[in-house]
Amino acid sequence: MLLINCPYCGEREQVEFSCGGEAHIERPKNPPDLNDDQWADYLFLRKNIKGLQYERWNHSFGCRQWFNVARNTATDEILAVYKIGEKPPELESNNPITPCGEPAIGSGNFSTSNK
Amino acid sequence: MIKKSKKYSVFSLVKNALSYHENWQPAWRNPEIKKEYDAIIVGGGGHGLTTAYYLAKNHGIKNIAVVEKGWIGGGNTGRNTTIIRSNYLWDQSAAIYDHALKLWEGMSQELNYNVMFSQRGVMNVAHNLHDVRELKRRWHANRLNGVDCEWLNTQEVKKFCPVINTSPNIRYPVLGATLQRRAGTARHDAVAWGYARGADAMGVDIIQNCEVTGININNGNVTGIETTRGTINTKKIGIVSAGHSSVIAKMAGIKLPLESRPLQALVSEPVKPVIDTVVMSNTIHAYVSQSDKGELVIGAGTDGYNSYSQRGGFNIVEDTIMAIVELFPLFSRMKMLRHWGGIVDICPDASPIISKTHINGLYFNCGWGTGGFKATPGSGWVFAHTIANDQPHALNAPFGINRFSSGELVDEHGAAAVAH
Repeated sequence: MLLINCPYCGEREQVEFSCGGEAHIERPKNPPDLNDDQWADYLFLRKNIKGLQYERWNHSFGCRQWFNVARNTATDEILAVYKIGEKPPELESNNPITPCGEPAIGSGNFSTSNK
Repeated sequence: MIKKSKKYSVFSLVKNALSYHENWQPAWRNPEIKKEYDAIIVGGGGHGLTTAYYLAKNHGIKNIAVVEKGWIGGGNTGRNTTIIRSNYLWDQSAAIYDHALKLWEGMSQELNYNVMFSQRGVMNVAHNLHDVRELKRRWHANRLNGVDCEWLNTQEVKKFCPVINTSPNIRYPVLGATLQRRAGTARHDAVAWGYARGADAMGVDIIQNCEVTGININNGNVTGIETTRGTINTKKIGIVSAGHSSVIAKMAGIKLPLESRPLQALVSEPVKPVIDTVVMSNTIHAYVSQSDKGELVIGAGTDGYNSYSQRGGFNIVEDTIMAIVELFPLFSRMKMLRHWGGIVDICPDASPIISKTHINGLYFNCGWGTGGFKATPGSGWVFAHTIANDQPHALNAPFGINRFSSGELVDEHGAAAVAH
C-alpha cells in the first residue's frame, strides 16, 4: 500500500485516498467547436505512462481536497506532491532501462546482472 | 499441423517411458531471426500465439514471427485465475466470447495438447435485490443470444455448491445465482504451450527474450520493428502486449484509451476436493475455484491507480479474503501459499480493442482488462482475420478503436463478474 503525503493532512495510508487519474488534462475551452476525435482525446485517450506520471489524488476519507502527485508507475515511488494549480515539478525519475523493461528497483523479475 | 511422428499419444508416452523420458523433444524451436517476415506479432502470450496460429491455419500466412520480451507463458497468460465463460450482457460481447468458448471445447483435440479444459460451471451469486434483477436480466439476455444460462434459487445454489454459506443472517446473504454450465477453467500455461507448439509446427518462428524497442513507420506504412536483437522488417505488425499496450503504442505515436493497473490473485495450500465449480460474486468482490492440484484459486480486484509494478496493495487482498471467508466460513483457517499481480490494460467501457489503426499495417489487440484469458482462442481467431484481410471479422467489428470517437461503446462493466 502506498503512503501518501497529503499537502493538507500529512502522511496517510492510501486507503484514505482515491486516484483521479492523469493530471493536467485541460477541459476544452470551446466545446462546441470540437470534432468527435478531439472529444475522444479529451474524454478517453490517456498517456498511461510507464515511468514518471503526474496524477490527481483526492483525500476522500480525510480532508476531501484534490491535489497532484508525481509517481513512478514502474516502481510506485512517490516523487513529489503538489497542490492543484501549481506547475508540475521537473523531476529525475528512475525509469526502466528499456521501454517495456523492468525498473532497477521494485521488480521481482529484475536481476542486477541485467544492468 | 503436428507431424505424426511428433504427436503426443499413449504410444509416444510408452516409447519415451522406455528411454526413461530422456528423449522428449522441445515443443517448439528456438529459431534464428529472419530479416523479414510477412507479419510480426508482438507479445507471446495466449492472445498473440493464437493470432499467429490462426494466421497460419486459417489464412495460410506462415512466414510469421512472434516476438516475446520474456518467455512464453510468463506474462498475464500465467498470472490469471483461468476462468472461462461467455455469459456477457451485450450481443457483441456474447458473440465473441461464445465463439471463444466453442473453440475451447475442441482445443485439446485440435492442438494435440491437454489444456485440461474443465466445464465445471460458473456461478454468479446475487446478494441483494439489485443483484437479482441485474443477473436475471443477464440470464435472459444470454438465453436470447443462445448462450446457456440458468437461474438458481438459494436452495439450488446450496445443492450445486454445498460448501457455500446460505444462511440468511450474513451481511450479504445468497439470494440466488446464475449458472453457466458450459463455463469452467483450463490450465493456463498449457494453453500458451499448446498454441506455441501448434504454431511452431506450421512454421511460425517463436522468438523469446526479444524486446521491441521501436516501430519503424515510413509514410504512414509500417516497415518493421526495432528489437533488442536487431531490426526485423515486415509490412504487418499485430500488437498483443496486454498491460504494456500503451508503451508500445507510444513508439508509433498513438495514444490509446487504456489504463494499466495491477490485478492480484492468490492460491491457498492444496486440500482435498471441496469446491467443484467456480463461484463469483460481484457485490462482495470474491471469486474462487479449486485447481486440479487442490489449491483454492482466488482472484482479487484491481488497484485504484495506474501501475506497472506487478504488485498490488495488500488492502485489496484483505477485502477479497474477508468476502471469501463470509461466503465460505470453512476456508477461514486455510493458509495462502502464493500471491502475485499482473498488469491489466483496462478500457473505459471494459471491452477490448481489436482494431486497425490509422497507420497501414499496424493492428492492436488490447484492452482485455481483467478478463482476457477466457477469450484467448476467439481473440486470436478474429485478430488473425483482421491482420490477414486488413479489415475486421464480423465478431470484432464492434470493437474498433474508432468507437471512442463515434460513441458506440460496448459497456460491459456489469458483466465483468466482479467490479474492478
